[in-house]
Amino acid sequence: MDEHLPELPRSQLLTMLNTMYRIRAFEEKVDELFMRGEMHGTTHLSIGQEGTAVGAVSVLRGNDFITSTHRGHGHCIAKGADISLMMAELLGKETGYCRGRGGSMHIADVETGNLGANGIVAGGMPIATGVALSMKMQAIDRVCLCIFGDGAANEGAFHESLNLAAVWDLPVVFLCEHNQYGMSMSSQRAMRIESVAQRAGSYGIPGEMVDGNNVLAVYTVVSAAVERARAGQGPSLIESRTYRFKGHAKSDQNLYRTREEIRQWQKRDPIPHFASLLIAEGMLDQDEAKKGEAAAYAAVEEAYQFALSSPDPDPATLLEGVYA
Amino acid sequence: MREVVQSDTQPMTYGEAVRRALREAMLSDPRVFLLGEDIGIYGGAFGVTKGLLEEFGEERVRDTPISEQVIAGCAIGAALSGMRPVAEFQFSDFMTLAMDQIVNQGAKLRFMFGGKAEVPVVFRSPLGSGAGLAAQHSQSLEAWFAHIPGVKVVLPSTPADAYGLLCASIHEPNLVIFLEHKVLYRSQGPVPTHVYEIPLGKADIKREGKHITIIALSIMVSRALAVADRLAQEGIEAEVIDPRTLRPLDEETLVASARKTGHVLIVHEAVLTGGFGGEIAARIAASEAFYYLDAPIMRLGGADIPIPYQVQLEKHATPQEEDIYQAAHQLLQQKPA
Repeated sequence: MDEHLPELPRSQLLTMLNTMYRIRAFEEKVDELFMRGEMHGTTHLSIGQEGTAVGAVSVLRGNDFITSTHRGHGHCIAKGADISLMMAELLGKETGYCRGRGGSMHIADVETGNLGANGIVAGGMPIATGVALSMKMQAIDRVCLCIFGDGAANEGAFHESLNLAAVWDLPVVFLCEHNQYGMSMSSQRAMRIESVAQRAGSYGIPGEMVDGNNVLAVYTVVSAAVERARAGQGPSLIESRTYRFKGHAKSDQNLYRTREEIRQWQKRDPIPHFASLLIAEGMLDQDEAKKGEAAAYAAVEEAYQFALSSPDPDPATLLEGVYA
Repeated sequence: MREVVQSDTQPMTYGEAVRRALREAMLSDPRVFLLGEDIGIYGGAFGVTKGLLEEFGEERVRDTPISEQVIAGCAIGAALSGMRPVAEFQFSDFMTLAMDQIVNQGAKLRFMFGGKAEVPVVFRSPLGSGAGLAAQHSQSLEAWFAHIPGVKVVLPSTPADAYGLLCASIHEPNLVIFLEHKVLYRSQGPVPTHVYEIPLGKADIKREGKHITIIALSIMVSRALAVADRLAQEGIEAEVIDPRTLRPLDEETLVASARKTGHVLIVHEAVLTGGFGGEIAARIAASEAFYYLDAPIMRLGGADIPIPYQVQLEKHATPQEEDIYQAAHQLLQQKPA
């Protein structure tokens, strides 16, 4: 296997691995809570996609921006979100990031540049161009990582956003977290061309494909794109190929794909792959890896307890937060 | 913030008043910038932004491709991150192309994020019929926007109001939909020379009267005032009220007037069915004014058709001065003089 380690300090590599563990643990807990009927509404799990989330978002500085998708828990955690506040939000608590008003699809932490998961496919893309424009106009060195899926690449907003960002040389990186399916529609049936990255040429911007389950490969490619954005060279389109192990949302019977396909991708699980790589490179040993994983599950349990003990929003505050 | 007072004024067109507000906002606040189709070199389809590119440059007066979704979303993203954009949609009919960004994003981000975001953006656009531009360039969709929590909706009827309301809208830390009537762009009126804002959510009694209340939106205000003049000659004193803002609506002023006169006629150009007149009528009917009404509340609005092209058909499709005059008399159960 041709792996190369970008020159990252060991501490950062371990942080990345632990973040991937934390995303996995969080998502599994959320899955469990839904199955038990403790969580309400719906959610879209990103289990299997941790390589892309962590590989890409780790490139960013603390105050860079992201816009995300309806499948955004992983991006949120990779961006440094407090999983207690996330869990509280998913349980509809007043202590949640959005005071229980947003839920899974609208989790955001504006102060740290997380402009939210989005319930509209491609809905965050025009917003990302605006944020990038704003930074450019104010001469502030903050870029925007705009994450969207393969389904979104067929929305008009994708076209308009890439085009305008290209025309105005905006500091935004468009990252297609390509997991091969919209809800049930495979990307092969939804597009005539092979890859979303091919579309970059239509906008006059660089486009590149990367193995989304190889966290360091994602890091490398996104890093280059972010540097281009920071240097005023405008936007890039990156397609990060990955796969979601779970269904689209909670009531997905996976009729549109085979168990065999899911199994094949599970063999390429980005987390054990990365852990093995780091162990092989002598960055950590088995024991430390197991400890990191256990710590992630413990942290998620703690987050759950925090959420459980948090108050529900007071109905008397129903009308708050609409207008400034 | 002062209300418009008859102090020093200068005559100005509605379009010039809008431009003045934009220009002053850009002079006083570096965060304010404009984006839209043909607003730069062309000066705007209706000439509203003429001269602004020359004065402020390409950074702050941005011509965009024909891309309504990203015009809206870009403005929203910029507003979320420290700027104060004013985006123009060349015709308000085209805002339909940007509805996701306006309705699902801009209007809701603050609430969905638990009150932890602000979206200080103005979407300004011409609405209305009478220019022979036919069905896709002549609509009045203010009722759609007024239906969405999270936006504010403003319809100025005079140059002085356009200026004051736009100044307020740009200062407003929320998403404002500012709908100008395209036929009014060339209309002239006195505009105070000092800098002022008109608060959003405050109706204006354009003419006081005690016999009948005429609540009029946008271009209907001037028609209602012309009708009021005619009625006055017949000894009928009409009170003409311009709500100016639909969301938030100054219900108090409307109810007080209804209570005073006992006769309410609501007029707007927008299609009658589902038009905002229904909301106004319901609010009055549900208020204490109900017991003071001497007749059912009457509404005039556009016919249930898309706006037709042909000149006379277009006129027939929306309330004209004569329609308002006849309706007023009908309401008062008097025969025209």
